[in-house]
Amino acid sequence: MVLSKTASESDVSIHSTFASRYVRTSLPRFRMSDNSIPKEAAYQIINDELMLDGNPRLNLASFVTTWMEPECDKLMMAAVNKNYVDMDEYPVTTELQNRCVNMIAHLFNAPLGESEAAVGVGTVGSSEAIMLAGLAFKRKWQNKRKEQGLPYDKPNIVTGANVQVCWEKFARYFEVELKEVKLREGYYVMDPHKAVEMVDENTICVAAILGSTLNGEFEDVKLLNELLTRKNAETGWDTPIHVDAASGGFIAPFLYPDLEWDFRLPLVKSINVSGHKYGLVYAGIGWCIWRTKDDLPEELIFHINYLGADQPTFTLNFSKGSSQVIAQYYQLIRLGFEGYKNIMENCQENAMVLKEGLEKTGRFNIVSKDNGVPLVAFSLKDNSRHDEFEVSEFLRRFGWIVPAYTMPPDAQNITVLRVVIREDFSRTLAERLVLDIQKVLHELDAMPSKKDMDIQKTKSVAAAWKRFVEDKRKTNGIC
Amino acid sequence: MHLGHHTTKFRMPENTIPKEAAYQIINDELMLDGNPRLNLASFVTTWMEPECDKLMMAAINKNYVDMDEYPVTTELQNRCVNMIAHLFNAPLGESEAAVGVGTVGSSEAIMLAGLAFKRKWQNKRKAEGKPYDKPNIVTGANVQVCWEKFARYFEVELKEVNLREGYYVMDPEKAVELVDENTICVAAILGSTLNGEFEDVKLLNDLLIKKNSETGWDVPIHVDAASGGFIAPFLYPELEWDFRLPLVKSINVSGHKYGLVYAGIGWNIWRSKEDLPEELIFHINYLGTDQPTFTLNFSKGSSQVIAQYYQLIRLGFEGYKNVMENCQENAMVLKEGLERTGRFTIVSKDNGIPLVAFSLKDHSRHDEFELSHHLRRFGWIVPAYTMPADAQHITVLRVVIREDFSRGLAERLVLDIEKVLRELDALPPNGKSMKRPADVANCHAALANGHVAKRLETDKKTNAIC
Repeated sequence: MVLSKTASESDVSIHSTFASRYVRTSLPRFRMSDNSIPKEAAYQIINDELMLDGNPRLNLASFVTTWMEPECDKLMMAAVNKNYVDMDEYPVTTELQNRCVNMIAHLFNAPLGESEAAVGVGTVGSSEAIMLAGLAFKRKWQNKRKEQGLPYDKPNIVTGANVQVCWEKFARYFEVELKEVKLREGYYVMDPHKAVEMVDENTICVAAILGSTLNGEFEDVKLLNELLTRKNAETGWDTPIHVDAASGGFIAPFLYPDLEWDFRLPLVKSINVSGHKYGLVYAGIGWCIWRTKDDLPEELIFHINYLGADQPTFTLNFSKGSSQVIAQYYQLIRLGFEGYKNIMENCQENAMVLKEGLEKTGRFNIVSKDNGVPLVAFSLKDNSRHDEFEVSEFLRRFGWIVPAYTMPPDAQNITVLRVVIREDFSRTLAERLVLDIQKVLHELDAMPSKKDMDIQKTKSVAAAWKRFVEDKRKTNGIC
Repeated sequence: MHLGHHTTKFRMPENTIPKEAAYQIINDELMLDGNPRLNLASFVTTWMEPECDKLMMAAINKNYVDMDEYPVTTELQNRCVNMIAHLFNAPLGESEAAVGVGTVGSSEAIMLAGLAFKRKWQNKRKAEGKPYDKPNIVTGANVQVCWEKFARYFEVELKEVNLREGYYVMDPEKAVELVDENTICVAAILGSTLNGEFEDVKLLNDLLIKKNSETGWDVPIHVDAASGGFIAPFLYPELEWDFRLPLVKSINVSGHKYGLVYAGIGWNIWRSKEDLPEELIFHINYLGTDQPTFTLNFSKGSSQVIAQYYQLIRLGFEGYKNVMENCQENAMVLKEGLERTGRFTIVSKDNGIPLVAFSLKDHSRHDEFELSHHLRRFGWIVPAYTMPADAQHITVLRVVIREDFSRGLAERLVLDIEKVLRELDALPPNGKSMKRPADVANCHAALANGHVAKRLETDKKTNAIC
């Protein structure tokens, strides 16, 4: 008889998790193991490995929400087994999505009649939203060109070189050319004049960013709208605008309500926003809103049978969880306009606390603007001995994750560190971060400069490799 | 008290309300949603162990895409990819890393697989100096709607093999006949959504090899194993459907179906690096080294990846096998219960996905849609739908047997179906007075909001049977 089988049975009932054999054996990494293990052991093993992941709340690299109220956590957990796409079975959840779409459309001043339903969709994130928006522009443009008997095989999009990587993905996967307006030192967003110059008859849309990932700046959508309106009148092309408001869409309405960037501008036909950034929901929810039905070609829409009636849908993903949609609705009704405004004002203030603390050290240039997404992007005044990458590395040891990165062309000689201020980054944390940055500077000052160390070799190899990869295409994800 | 306030539905309210009120309002509205566990329409997992729920909740604020910040979570994804690749007999060397990716579901996985085939075929045609503007995919008319989406959004023609009465999957011979020089791949389904049947991928492979050698075309196969990928290896290990067949270049599977994870996770595995064109891959800086990625989505939660890994190590091969065997047995209990009523024809096969698809022997007085409707009152969600062309006169009811559908529930369902039959027998015959949901979707009628819901021509698949 096989003794080991008997031993495993007693293992399950008697031994505590860390006394059992399950923590002694090496976990399979490439192949499934033949045998089951007790659920407590599975839980413990995974939980323990995950301790070595970074702490999401100290991840200052990300715009994505890392804290929600326990009441919302409870709603999310209760909905974790609800497949969002089963609209027929979960009509209330579907209704909540529709309400969110309408609320956000109104927030963006969509030109809707009194009880007219908004045109929009919930997505997994801004990537999906952007792909859907881009698809709509592409198809509309193709249809128009076909009618005019003109070639429609070379569509392009005009954007700034500061666009997030998902635009490059859209371009590559959906076979659209990306025409990028280059940046320059001191001007890190898309220049509307240059953008409009690049527009041609094959341009399906111009994409402006409200809240550049690099330095939080809002692009001047109003100026773009004016210049493009003029060009359209001259050329007869009907080039529209898409606003990538992934970060800014839930900031501008509350902090800068007079800033015209949304559907108040006639050429803006669609807007995406990440629910999981300043929409204040955990990762996994974005929104795309179209100005009107005419901006979303019917042939792209799929009709799902929903409660015996037709539910039009336009998404790339099908089955997915329902939790984040419910959480978005929770936030919209829990906070209301005043709640979101209060939070954004707090973020703005804490960003100023951090910025002033950094300025007081006398060692940094602030690259971000005061207006825009609440973040602080900064470079070393003097990076001859040590650079921003080292500061970032050393800060990790204190637990902070603060990324360093170089700007895209033509400003690639500029390196910045960037701290994103989220709802859960309190003033105390801001002050603590400044102290720790000072400690790091202190440590670096005491060390020999990069040139004298082997690190230099590794960094230059890494940098050369990085340039090699970046030269091929824009593929680096700064997000 | 805020509960009395009219909650605006179209505009954000001006004011904040207390969190308890927000919780209660939403919680209470959601009581009117269906119960996920009684949703017998879906293949998607509706129950996991509390230990796993705990892990998922702890990871809810982790953005999966931050690979640099969450290296362990990324590592867990890589392990899942490798385990699943080996499960599918990917031809990998001893310590060779598998080529694959975690996705939000099989829709994303299929789009990525399709994109890879499209790009590979385009590159080949360009190199041959031939036109590459009319790519097509050959599938059965029984494909799930995401293939139609892929075709429409990525501008690929869908060439569908029509079904016929009694044969509800893609006929490999007809499929191979439809293949031409513009075919980027043939997609076979392991586990048709309509009746759970596995398509004969081996026969398809053999016929396609023959055609390839005759024509010089190199047409590959993709297997949509959304449901079957986590069933066949455990219940039918001898069935050759995966990378053991040389023409199979990629396979997708839904982690959230028989992978036993909640909604939000799928996997796509490629046979080898050569089957995934480099130009589609994006390189993210990850811990100072390169992490190649190929996904449509970017930011998303980490919970389902962790949950998939939990299931793979918690259950192991024997655990999955036990679960699938139980599902199979409960499917048989249900099927036999239905047969005993004498009122139904069983349309599903015994082998395949554990589900039971059945039609009424006699629908002169009442039909399957009414049965479905009446069952709802008992709490059960059992969908009824018509088959695609050319079998659209056949209507079926379909019950999917998931892990959490016990024998007790199977027996109760049979009892409730018998009750419904008795109720219907006592009612006058309905004829066409009760509009079928499919008919409503079919009619070119204006909806209440004035928007004309034009049903697209029936040659385009838009009705989602999922």
